Amino acid sequence: MINEVLHTLPQVLIDGLTLGAVYAIVALGYTMVYGILELINFAHGEIFMTGAFVGTAILLTFAGFGWLASMPALVALVLVLVVTSVVTGLLGMGIERVAYRPLRNAPKLITLITAIGVSFLLQDIVRFIAELKNGNYILTGPSLFSGQIGIKVSSISSIFNDASVKSSFFIVLIVAVIMMVTLDFFVNKTKWGMAMRAVAQDRETAALMSVNVNKVIALTFFIGSALGGATGVLFAIQYGTIDPYIGFILGLKAFTAAVLGGIGNIRGAMFGGILIGIMEMFAAANLPVISHGVLGAEYKDVFAFAILIIVLIFKPEGLFGKVSVEKV
Amino acid sequence: MKNLLYAIQQNKRLQAIIVGLYIVVTFFSLYLAQKSVVAFLLLLSSLLLLYFTTFSNRVKWLIGGVVMVVLLPLAASQGEAYQSYMEVATLVGIYIAMALGLNIVVGMAGLLDLGFVAFFALGAYTYGIFATGQANNFMPFGHYPLSGESFWVFIFIGCFVAALFGILLGVPVLRVKGDYLAIVTLGFGEIIRIIFNNLDKPVNITNGAMGLASVQPPRLFGIDFMYPNQFYYIVLVILVTVIFAVRRLEFSKIGRAWKAVRENEIAAQAMGIHLVKTKLMAFAVGASFSGMMGVVFAAKQTFVDPTSFTLLESITILVMVILGGMGSVPGVILGAALVTILNLQVLTELTNWLNQLSLNGVINVPDALSPAKMQRFIFGVILILFALYRPQGLLPAKNPVFDEKDLKDADKLINAGVQKEATQHVHLDS
Repeated sequence: MINEVLHTLPQVLIDGLTLGAVYAIVALGYTMVYGILELINFAHGEIFMTGAFVGTAILLTFAGFGWLASMPALVALVLVLVVTSVVTGLLGMGIERVAYRPLRNAPKLITLITAIGVSFLLQDIVRFIAELKNGNYILTGPSLFSGQIGIKVSSISSIFNDASVKSSFFIVLIVAVIMMVTLDFFVNKTKWGMAMRAVAQDRETAALMSVNVNKVIALTFFIGSALGGATGVLFAIQYGTIDPYIGFILGLKAFTAAVLGGIGNIRGAMFGGILIGIMEMFAAANLPVISHGVLGAEYKDVFAFAILIIVLIFKPEGLFGKVSVEKV
Repeated sequence: MKNLLYAIQQNKRLQAIIVGLYIVVTFFSLYLAQKSVVAFLLLLSSLLLLYFTTFSNRVKWLIGGVVMVVLLPLAASQGEAYQSYMEVATLVGIYIAMALGLNIVVGMAGLLDLGFVAFFALGAYTYGIFATGQANNFMPFGHYPLSGESFWVFIFIGCFVAALFGILLGVPVLRVKGDYLAIVTLGFGEIIRIIFNNLDKPVNITNGAMGLASVQPPRLFGIDFMYPNQFYYIVLVILVTVIFAVRRLEFSKIGRAWKAVRENEIAAQAMGIHLVKTKLMAFAVGASFSGMMGVVFAAKQTFVDPTSFTLLESITILVMVILGGMGSVPGVILGAALVTILNLQVLTELTNWLNQLSLNGVINVPDALSPAKMQRFIFGVILILFALYRPQGLLPAKNPVFDEKDLKDADKLINAGVQKEATQHVHLDS
């Protein structure tokens, strides 16, 4: 049994890392908004999904004009990433302005309900547009990086099987790392980043220190949503097929990652995302093997959710979060 | 207009005439025009009219009872559409009971539960498994399917199972922050569906995606309940019990504790309210209503499969609560009725009508726009608009108003040593 698990380990690690990178960046959006507004932005998973659709639509348009064949794939990728992240970033800002800002002093329950509403609205608008343009709301984008690279892991040790990697794996990983490092730098080293941390710590006091709170919150939404949208594009490139309902369960898992890493903690969210991705892939590959076929691979979603419950029971502040005490 | 309304409000006889006339007119219009969905809805809305009158509660219940038990089935029974009307009325009843359950969790205790349909599924599967041959696969004793007489016991079992799972889920989550509850329940709703979808191996418990077919109909005194017009009465009885229970809970000690927790957890705690216990209680009570209705649903549909229990269902129930008014029992009843009728009648009718138009070539509506597919859009818009502009809902919740003079008089009586019971310090302002 152990042998079987070890056989598949290299492939599991590679797939898990890809998925984990996606979770990590989506988790960033949750954790940033939660850190600043103490609001679970349910619409974030939907912004990710919108990003996937916008990116695929742009690629399909390019392919339609025949430009895609004539330009290098990397240029197309950068172009799509930039356009998509601007679009979704503005979308995120708009959602904050219309749905969350008027309710900033309302009970938290009401804001959560609007967030659910926004999420449903986005799902249906995207479904609607995709179905209208395409006849079917399940889209398959053109594949940009479809080359397969075999990695001869078996040459290291005969326990492992060979793994194969889509070349888009490297793209996803590299772009994800660039985004995460840039964000980390931005939050920790720049003036706007400092303002963001100040608002997260204490909104009133930050306002007294002449920080423009509204602007900072809008900026947070822009950055979080832009990252989410860009990740959507990466997801579409890596996995090919997208539909308007991918954002929901993925958002749930990304939120789990954010909680695992300590909500409000940016580095924690990255770590949590990678961890959840690898664990999920491990569960998907090995649950049937370990349980002798009792539990199917379908239970991988249950697995992520079980992690959330376990974290909440034993370490509700997450791996890297600090215990918060509510003051009156 | 205002004067007129005021005059009507003052004059009970006038109200009686208006309500009576309305009921008679709508009754006969439905009686004569069987195909008119509008007449059916108008007759149903006589209850709303009744709610706004100033009759005493007993009279309202009496008239409402007559309309629901006698007039509505009688008026609808004259044509072919009888069963479909009763089907709608039954489903409205089921959803009202569920919305009232969610109202306790969201409206009264202020906990956002986004996986409420999971408890409904638990109830439905509890009855579904034992009322089909499915239980033979894993139960070492007993003979299945159980007869339809067990349905009445299963109503309570479903209640209990749902409450149990509510507590099991609530214990880890309610100890930590309230916001996590939303996402955990969201996950729970999905997980329950996935588990029911995959629990056909290694032991076939739920029959997976195939679902459980031909569930035994309930049986009482040798009569099988198979048609919607029979289920209508079962649902009506349960619904009245549920409404009664909710009303009593709302103004009991635990009900006031729920509201206190909703308004301010820390202040409530300082007043000696045990937070976790109170929240768990809300969670369990809300879940039990849902589980109970799940049993009825399984028996009514005679078919249970995981696709009936998606996130959309949970959100539908949430929309009912938000639309009607969080914490307001009459509001939630109205909201549930409106949303269910919108879902079952209005959207399908509109779709059929548009299809007809497209067929005749009047206008060409793309398939993507068909109203039956727009549920998510409509629900999203309702949630956002109501949260932004009318968070208290259509019929806002009312707290009891204490009459200062009455209280003082009562004090005086007690001080004077008079043993006479001071009557009714509290007026329900309804």
